[in-house]
Amino acid sequence: MNRSGDGFKRFMLAVLIGILIYIIWYISAHSAPARDPVKLGSKKFTESVILGEIAALHLSEAGIPAEHLAELGGTRILFNALVSGEIDAYPEYTGTLREEIFRERSPTSSAQIRELLAERGVRITGELGFNNTYALGMLPDRADELGIGSISDLRGHPELEFGFTSEFLNRGDGWPSLRDAYDLPQRNVSGMDHDLAYRALANGAVDVIDLYSTDAEIAYYDLRVLADDRSHFPSYQAVYLYRNELSEETPGAVAALEELAGRFDADRMRALNRRVKIDGESEAAVAASFLEREFGAEVAYREETAASRLLARTGEHLVLVGIALALGILVAIPLGVFAYRSAAASPVILAAAGIIQTVPSLALLVFMIPLLGIAGPPAIAALFLYSLLPIVRNTHAGLAGIAPSLRESAEALGLTARDRLFHVELPLASPSILAGIKTSAVITIGFATLGALIGAGGYGQPILTGIRLDDYGLILEGAVPAAALAIVAQGLFDLLERVIVPRGLRLKRAN
Amino acid sequence: MLEVQNLSKSFNGEPALRDISLTVPRRVITALIGPSGCGKSTLLRTLIGLLFPDRGTVLFDGEPLSERTVLRIRHRTGYVIQEGGLFPHLTAERNIRLLADRLGRSRRETGERVHELCAITRFPAGALARYPYELSGGQRQRVALMRALLLDPDVLLLDEPLAALDPIVRSSLQQELKQTIERLGKTTVLVTHDLAEAAWFSRDIVLMRAGRIVQRGPISQLRERPAAPFVTEFVRAQRGPHEINGARSR
Repeated sequence: MNRSGDGFKRFMLAVLIGILIYIIWYISAHSAPARDPVKLGSKKFTESVILGEIAALHLSEAGIPAEHLAELGGTRILFNALVSGEIDAYPEYTGTLREEIFRERSPTSSAQIRELLAERGVRITGELGFNNTYALGMLPDRADELGIGSISDLRGHPELEFGFTSEFLNRGDGWPSLRDAYDLPQRNVSGMDHDLAYRALANGAVDVIDLYSTDAEIAYYDLRVLADDRSHFPSYQAVYLYRNELSEETPGAVAALEELAGRFDADRMRALNRRVKIDGESEAAVAASFLEREFGAEVAYREETAASRLLARTGEHLVLVGIALALGILVAIPLGVFAYRSAAASPVILAAAGIIQTVPSLALLVFMIPLLGIAGPPAIAALFLYSLLPIVRNTHAGLAGIAPSLRESAEALGLTARDRLFHVELPLASPSILAGIKTSAVITIGFATLGALIGAGGYGQPILTGIRLDDYGLILEGAVPAAALAIVAQGLFDLLERVIVPRGLRLKRAN
Repeated sequence: MLEVQNLSKSFNGEPALRDISLTVPRRVITALIGPSGCGKSTLLRTLIGLLFPDRGTVLFDGEPLSERTVLRIRHRTGYVIQEGGLFPHLTAERNIRLLADRLGRSRRETGERVHELCAITRFPAGALARYPYELSGGQRQRVALMRALLLDPDVLLLDEPLAALDPIVRSSLQQELKQTIERLGKTTVLVTHDLAEAAWFSRDIVLMRAGRIVQRGPISQLRERPAAPFVTEFVRAQRGPHEINGARSR
């Protein structure tokens, strides 16, 4: 057995075997057991996660296997995932259905909304009992002092200072129309960040701010929520949406979801939000205690330990990066070889790989959703595309950089083009190719943290949750392992270099 | 053995070979010489199909060199360049036997052949496991020669094979190389820019200038009956006549 192409062949073989193992593992980990658990989704804000968790736990208590895919993304992602059957149910708001999902059809009644949902194969539960709409809030002492209980009462106090989020200042149902609806005389209105607005209100810099009516901070600051006595703000009643098929496949699940209807009110939702967002309890614990109070039974829930969480995230991250990088290597090296062989294809291939790299990573991720749905596959596809450029470019550069005298010696010797490639050119280019793979691996490990935005898990998940809960510890729980993994990968590739790069070439560099 | 007919080759419109015809006789050394850019290396490279001419034919043992025949002709030709052109990722032995192994020749016979060549080129068999970067310049050229000779080719093409070596090593290698080639009786084309080297190796010197052959003959003829003023100029520009009097006086 001639050894000249061995390092390279062995490497490619290892890559292939690695991919196979990954795919088998991935399929076995994600494929359906006899019966699929009901998949609950949630959006990436605390209230949605709590409602998703409550539903999942409630189903489990009813003996229906259920899992909660938390923080999958925004409205579009969740609704599309529901329509395509990637999830079975998720919490939504009637106002969002009206104002966002079916905006062009401008439905006016709940019957119309039901019809529109039915067209998409989706049904809606009864209202959960609270309305998370916009509202105006004041410190209770100040409100009592001025005798203000409703928005109409503000008319008598033109001197009051308002601090609104910029979104509220510009929205159709925001400040301009609110002012007209109530003939409000105030002109001292400043725009500010939502979190800062709470602080400005607390220290008296402003008197009135806009808020979501179930914000945890309302409970924390004990704010007075002014009554919308002219019903200006549209209603954002919380509900669960579920797939038509769920009622046939698992009728018990629908019944369980319906049991939750009417169990909430704004004060209770606010308190639940507060326990997670301000007191730092886990969503699962809060959901379990809610269900215990509501249904009287002891609810078992699984609290993830930091170690099990880290292990799970590491596994997810490795799957994302491993599959994407392995596919990247398998595609990019032949592309690089082709670019080197064909003067005509070379600029096209290099430019195409370059252009992919310039697509903002978030956009690339979102482009993949309509093609591949949510979670793993679109994230892997995006990562794969991102991994290509460094490998293609380094393969091409490594081959193009071979001394002409060596290339000609191989040719003059009478080796076939194939033998030249595998026994002379690729081994000579291997340091450059490996450097490209290393760069790709480091980029991919970092980029994979964005995968959590579309429900792919990985180290991005704790970062995302940490941002949502303003919890630096949680952010570090994702950021530190991601950085560590990149360093480990770099170290592994340095070791791999000893195996793959022929010894004769390493001597050269030592010289 | 080798014949070129009306060969022309241009690079980006610059003619490198202009209508060259040349017959290389069997079993002797023919030296191609001339100043840089005269086309001698270009001519050598067309002989092994590294370049294909714009016009004209290369005949190898009567057979025209083409895309179809080039591999077969290369297997019957040994090619050695300045600094050897050894593959740095392979040991000396694997450099030498790469082609035979790829052609699926018997590994045992190839091994025997390698050791036979070690004796012929006086290369220490113990150094076969070394990589090119671990060898001296002279050893590298011996390995390159062994690689060229492995399949016992009919023709040897040598492009400035000794130019990168220091003078003492070079001088002793010239000696050995000449003996080896003559003993093996290979048809050889040697490209050099050094008239003394050309004269030492060959009585058949082909002097080129600007893509054309100016004069062909032994050194004495170039000196005594120059075909053009350039020939005299070229001979004078080289080292003292006592050194190039057919044999080296060292």
